[in-house]
Amino acid sequence: MSVADRPRHASAVAALADIAREPGVAKPDPILVVDGVHRRFGGLTAVDVDHLEVQRGSITALIGPNGAGKTTFFNLLTGFDRPDSGSWTYNGERMGGTAAHKVARAGMVRTFQLTKSLARLSVLENMKLGATGQRGESFARALLPPLWRGQERGIEARAIELLARFKLDTKRDDFAGTLSGGQRKLLEMARALMVEPELVMLDEPMAGVNPALTQSLLGHVKGLREEGMTVVFVEHDMDVVYDISDWVVVMAEGRIIAEGPPAAIGANQEVIDAYLGAHHDAPLTFEEEEAQLADAFGAEAADADREERTT
Amino acid sequence: MDWGAIIENGLRAAFGLEAAYFALAAIGLNVHFGYTGLLNFGQAGFLAIGAYGMGISVTHFGTSLWVGILVSILAAVVFALLLGLPTLRLRADYLAIVTIASAEIVRLVFRSARFQPVTGGSAGLQNFAGEFYRINPYSPGRYRLEAIYNGALGPFDVVRGLLALALLWIVVDRLAPGRLPGSRRSPQAAAGEGREVIGVREMVLLVIAALILVAGLTPVSFTQNRMWILTVGWGLVVITSLLVFLLMRSPWGRVLKSIREDEDAARSLGKNVVSYKMQSLIFGGVIGSLGGLVFVIGNQSIQPDNFGTPITFFAYAALILGGTARVFGPIVGSMIFWALLSVAENGLQQARGAGYISNDLLTATQVGQLRFMLVGAGLMALMIFRPQGIFGNRREIDLSVRR
Repeated sequence: MSVADRPRHASAVAALADIAREPGVAKPDPILVVDGVHRRFGGLTAVDVDHLEVQRGSITALIGPNGAGKTTFFNLLTGFDRPDSGSWTYNGERMGGTAAHKVARAGMVRTFQLTKSLARLSVLENMKLGATGQRGESFARALLPPLWRGQERGIEARAIELLARFKLDTKRDDFAGTLSGGQRKLLEMARALMVEPELVMLDEPMAGVNPALTQSLLGHVKGLREEGMTVVFVEHDMDVVYDISDWVVVMAEGRIIAEGPPAAIGANQEVIDAYLGAHHDAPLTFEEEEAQLADAFGAEAADADREERTT
Repeated sequence: MDWGAIIENGLRAAFGLEAAYFALAAIGLNVHFGYTGLLNFGQAGFLAIGAYGMGISVTHFGTSLWVGILVSILAAVVFALLLGLPTLRLRADYLAIVTIASAEIVRLVFRSARFQPVTGGSAGLQNFAGEFYRINPYSPGRYRLEAIYNGALGPFDVVRGLLALALLWIVVDRLAPGRLPGSRRSPQAAAGEGREVIGVREMVLLVIAALILVAGLTPVSFTQNRMWILTVGWGLVVITSLLVFLLMRSPWGRVLKSIREDEDAARSLGKNVVSYKMQSLIFGGVIGSLGGLVFVIGNQSIQPDNFGTPITFFAYAALILGGTARVFGPIVGSMIFWALLSVAENGLQQARGAGYISNDLLTATQVGQLRFMLVGAGLMALMIFRPQGIFGNRREIDLSVRR
């Protein structure tokens, strides 16, 4: 696919082209603005984000070593956890302390690292559950099918359309619990789309998925951007990050340590230090130091050095 | 041994007061546990609230019975709110602990000497059901389950015929899914679960259909008063089951089931999980309180110790025997549970009487305890060989996230 086929991609790249590559940088059209969010678990500071903006219509990758606080940050933003302090706005509305279901209804929908398929509901029921504003979800109206049957038909049609797009249409009447791990990932993403979100938060969408399915999932994520949605995703696979993201945010020990386009982020010294340790190339033993010196100065210099020490 | 008497008593138990009010208690639990995944271990508390709400209103405050019944339902709603508000945000096991404790608190408060002037203490309450029996449409006499026995067809034959037909319809629908008008393609059917061979579920349904028809030929009979409360009790079973059926195939029921599967997923899709759990707790609790009402109006007496924790666990046994998250599960489960207890007791008594079991081995009073052991062993065997109950689906049980 060329850039011309993906106008939203091109505009996202263009919008982010001239932005400074530093943590907490302001974006031209942010959908999500986070300020001073702290979350501590006892003595451990899990999340300590001073400022973050997410550009509307872009795909933003959130990366970082294990324990960096990415999932906790997701939980905070989507109302599944409460911060100790801090606030954020989504589409200009203050969201701190909002209950998870209200966050979802506002158009900010998440998926989970460990896929949550509703095992004993059929695939189609899983999908239909995602639709918001269902009249039949009130106790009294549920007893009078004519009040919700028309809406239900519309929801079902939309669900079947999405299932076809995610190639799950042949599974529509199966229990979701019988799907393979990869199919569950697809179902969870498709189900999130039933909410008609503006901002999709994917927590490790590619974890445990075979390479062929990863390609198809990548295509779907890019498709979300082309439909005008904003995507934030957590991912460990750097190939995936390079492939689909317009912007990368790096977290380590709860803080945001770097931001930038994917091409620039790999060369960032802070990022390399966070993943590999600040002195990852420093020698650990005397022999290792020797070998390095040998490489650096040549064998003769090392020999001379040893003789000098033995005498 | 008098096999006729064993079968007759078994049938009487299957259609009797216990089966009716336990069916209501189990339908309530089915809403809680089967559909929403709420582990309510305090259903006995809802039955007690139902019984005492009416009993205290009538005997202490002198209201009419009908006002008392309204009080019962309102009290059950309040009890559900009290239980749910602190616990529904927590994990499932907290609800179990809190509900079992509250049910006991309710019972102990009702039986305490402190409140004896209002609740009657350990002696309980009587003389509240007069209004109910005053409008009894049955004239005095003994009533058989039908009229065939007397040589003529009566209204009960029509009811029984319809019931048997409905059960047959279900069997045919299971054997050939999607063939009958109005039946839908189910996940089970899609998974190739529709089968040519008759399975346990179909057999049980056929046996029940046969028993319902045969009941007309046995001399099972009830007094006019018992007949009246049974009509109302089973009528409530049918009405509440119909409500459950309608609700669970609506989007409302879909939300409940999604909470049972994974409440975080439901939350992430914009569902107010706490509110739905509360609605479920109230709905199932009110059904349970109706069970308590049927029980005490039938016995014309409220005894606090009739609402101990065994009530809850018998109701669970009936529910699991029938199959959870199935409309017919709690009804059939309750009927079979009480029929089994009766058959076990009568069978043992008859065996003793006929000299098959010596008095040294088993005294008459021990039979009452032994029947529970036998039924308990039977339930254990059921859990091992058919954990889904009679109506459940094994594949569905195997998918359960809790296992």
